[in-house]
Amino acid sequence: MHPIIKLVSQRIALGLLLLFGASALIFGLTEALPGDAAQAVLGQSATPEALANLREEMGLNRLALTRYAEWLTGILHGDLGTSLTNGLDIAESVGSRLGNTLFLAFWAALVSVPLAIFLGLLAVRYRNRWPDKLISAVTLTTISIPEFLIGYVLVYFVAVKLGMFSPLAMINDSMSFWQKLNAIALPVIVLTMVVLAHMMRMTRAAILNVMQSAYVETAELKGLSNFKVIWRHAFPNAIAPIVNVVMLNLAYLVVGVVVVEVVFVYPGMGQYLVDHVTKRDVPVVLACGVIFAAIYIGLNMVADIVAILANPRLRHPK
Amino acid sequence: MSDTLLKVRDLKIGATVYPPGEKPRDIEIVHGVSFDLERGKVLGLIGESGAGKSTIGLASMAYGRGGVKITGGEVWVNGRDILKTSLSDIRKLRGGEVTYVSQSAAASFNPAKRIMDQVVEAAVEKKKFTRKEAEARARELFAKLGLPDPDNIGNRYPHQVSGGQLQRCMTALALCPEPDLVVFDEPTTALDVTTQIDVLMAIKEAIRDTGVAALYITHDLAVVAQVSDDIMVLRMGDTVEYGTTDQIINNPQEEYTKALVSVRSIEHEEKQPTPEPVLQVDGITARYKGLNFDVLHNVNVEVHPGQTLAVVGESGSGKSTLARVITGLLPPRDGEITFAGRKLSPDLAGRSREDLRELQMIYQMADVAMNPRQTVGTIIGRPLEFYFNMRGAEKRKRIVELLDEIELGEGFIDRYPAELSGGQKQRVCIARALAAKPRMIICDEVTSALDPLVADGILKLLLDLQKIEDVAYLFITHDLATVRAISDSIAVMYQGRVVRYGPKSQVLSPPFDDYTDLLLSSVPEMHLGWLEEVVAHRKMESAGN
Repeated sequence: MHPIIKLVSQRIALGLLLLFGASALIFGLTEALPGDAAQAVLGQSATPEALANLREEMGLNRLALTRYAEWLTGILHGDLGTSLTNGLDIAESVGSRLGNTLFLAFWAALVSVPLAIFLGLLAVRYRNRWPDKLISAVTLTTISIPEFLIGYVLVYFVAVKLGMFSPLAMINDSMSFWQKLNAIALPVIVLTMVVLAHMMRMTRAAILNVMQSAYVETAELKGLSNFKVIWRHAFPNAIAPIVNVVMLNLAYLVVGVVVVEVVFVYPGMGQYLVDHVTKRDVPVVLACGVIFAAIYIGLNMVADIVAILANPRLRHPK
Repeated sequence: MSDTLLKVRDLKIGATVYPPGEKPRDIEIVHGVSFDLERGKVLGLIGESGAGKSTIGLASMAYGRGGVKITGGEVWVNGRDILKTSLSDIRKLRGGEVTYVSQSAAASFNPAKRIMDQVVEAAVEKKKFTRKEAEARARELFAKLGLPDPDNIGNRYPHQVSGGQLQRCMTALALCPEPDLVVFDEPTTALDVTTQIDVLMAIKEAIRDTGVAALYITHDLAVVAQVSDDIMVLRMGDTVEYGTTDQIINNPQEEYTKALVSVRSIEHEEKQPTPEPVLQVDGITARYKGLNFDVLHNVNVEVHPGQTLAVVGESGSGKSTLARVITGLLPPRDGEITFAGRKLSPDLAGRSREDLRELQMIYQMADVAMNPRQTVGTIIGRPLEFYFNMRGAEKRKRIVELLDEIELGEGFIDRYPAELSGGQKQRVCIARALAAKPRMIICDEVTSALDPLVADGILKLLLDLQKIEDVAYLFITHDLATVRAISDSIAVMYQGRVVRYGPKSQVLSPPFDDYTDLLLSSVPEMHLGWLEEVVAHRKMESAGN
């Protein structure tokens, strides 16, 4: 068997194992919390009899392991359970929310990843000169300011004062594609500003590291222009660390956008999760936890696989 | 006059150094060097490390490595001073008129790109050839340089060909754009001797056939004597002597050149084996974890008290693995080791402190074998504390004795490794090994990283210490000149087996087995025309067979 296939399948198997572990951990941790779903439904003033009855009804008296197995089987069949607070099927409500979150993350990634890599290359090209310092200063500033502040500042100046883009990012199915894009423009800008610095600095560091190597000197002694040296000879060897940090940031775009979603009243996963956490809606929290874990693990698995594929020694064995 | 391709006048090169704890300051590393090179000729630049030879080579492409800057003088290539032209003009020159072959092709090829893409890149970039023409020329060069499967080798990635082949690919890379001048920077230094001879011949023929001029940079005078028309001897950024190859080799004027020519002149009288060997290696077979083949096959050797066994072989022959087995770092699969009359435990954990004390080791890289944060006194004092429980004045007295023995003296006791030269560092490592009063020291390529004259000094010191301390050496090396200089008996290793073993006089006298013959005849000799003689001799032999 080609070593690449072996390594990639190992990665995928490990990813699945990790996901399984994460689901057990999430379930176990919610179990460890004081109170349970029955308590949450009936509230603090419920009588012990009513609690016992509801527990019986919801099957909460059974062994935790049995309930975990049932819950896991449900998830594998696409059944995420029912919300305690509104009695709706979680899978259905999550479906459109997740779609919205991915839509936002996709556009933020589409803008930020190429921009970050380009700025990183630019910083290397002009290292230790003013363009490099300017790029570092600006991106570090944007990552240092809390995103809700950037969000409100943008809303005030761009949307309110200049009248560009919508201050609220509420979208629904009846909107056209362009209307949707217009609606999410501001959150995309905020997210881009937040993730840019991290990716750009990693690109810069990874390429600078490669720039020390003898083959970059060979390229310089071929009389290539600086940008060709960086793009053709340094960048291909710096892909693995860059992809890793890009994937971490993509995961953040999906999992960590709660604040931005709240600021722009965006109907995504983050808002949904926050709403139900405050209501102690355990099944929803569980479902969201597993989905976030799956996205996180999946993206990092992709990073690992890209790193394996980017290694010519593995791609073309002796 | 029009035939002068490269004219260097009063070239001065500086660098910025950053001494720890001090302000950075500028120093001059090349102090006004001048030379001429005609079309189609080869000039050898020779010197020890720090002589500035690579720096001068790169200056002919107006390139300074790291913080190196050209501070003065003129470098004329094809009738224009390249130090006064624009960067875009210099880019046209690099990879077009002047190309470069580095010491380590393995590091100088981009691992992520196919060999062909890299070989033709400069020629296509400079619009000298179309991609198609350049590839055809590259294939021609691959064939000329004796690479296997020249039509397809370009499709491979650098890690898919051997070191010697890659070095030839690098030469093809340099010759592909039809340059006027190629700078060869130690192109065969990283290769085994048997590989070196093929690459050397390939380079020499390629130079002759393409009519290109070359700067050939090396520290090995015997090598440069084979390829160059003129030689310039450099030392610490100054020209020592500049003349024709014939004059430099056969009639050197300066003391320094004479020393370089006559280096490796140590005479060592072979000692007779004693009845009681200090180390007996019996039928050792070993493999590394995770490998499904043996790296050592049934190795049997003996070392006698106060004598030296040289283990010689090329990279991958298993000589360092043998040292790992003897020291207990790699427990063997089969066989046993008897040391000073007692059987040694196969693994390190099972050995007594006495076993450890009596068997010491000196490494190739003295740099990394010492803690950079400890003074010389601490480094040498450590085994004194550990094995003999020495403290205070007694310890200091012994350290000073050892420093005297290695010809450094008490003044070095408070110095840090960073303040020492390469040779001095290796001396400290020797003193550290001696401090344990061992019966035997394993020396693993201890002179390989040193300049010839410095290495010579280390070998002389080791021989003197052997007489005083009566210590045995197991001396691992790939360098046959070193073997001749110090050994009493020799084991020649090839692919994990000892192919020839016995007293020095016997091992180095005919009749030879095939491998030993190849190895011995591949060592460059300091006379003109040696390369052609060897190659002609080999062709005759293979025709005779």
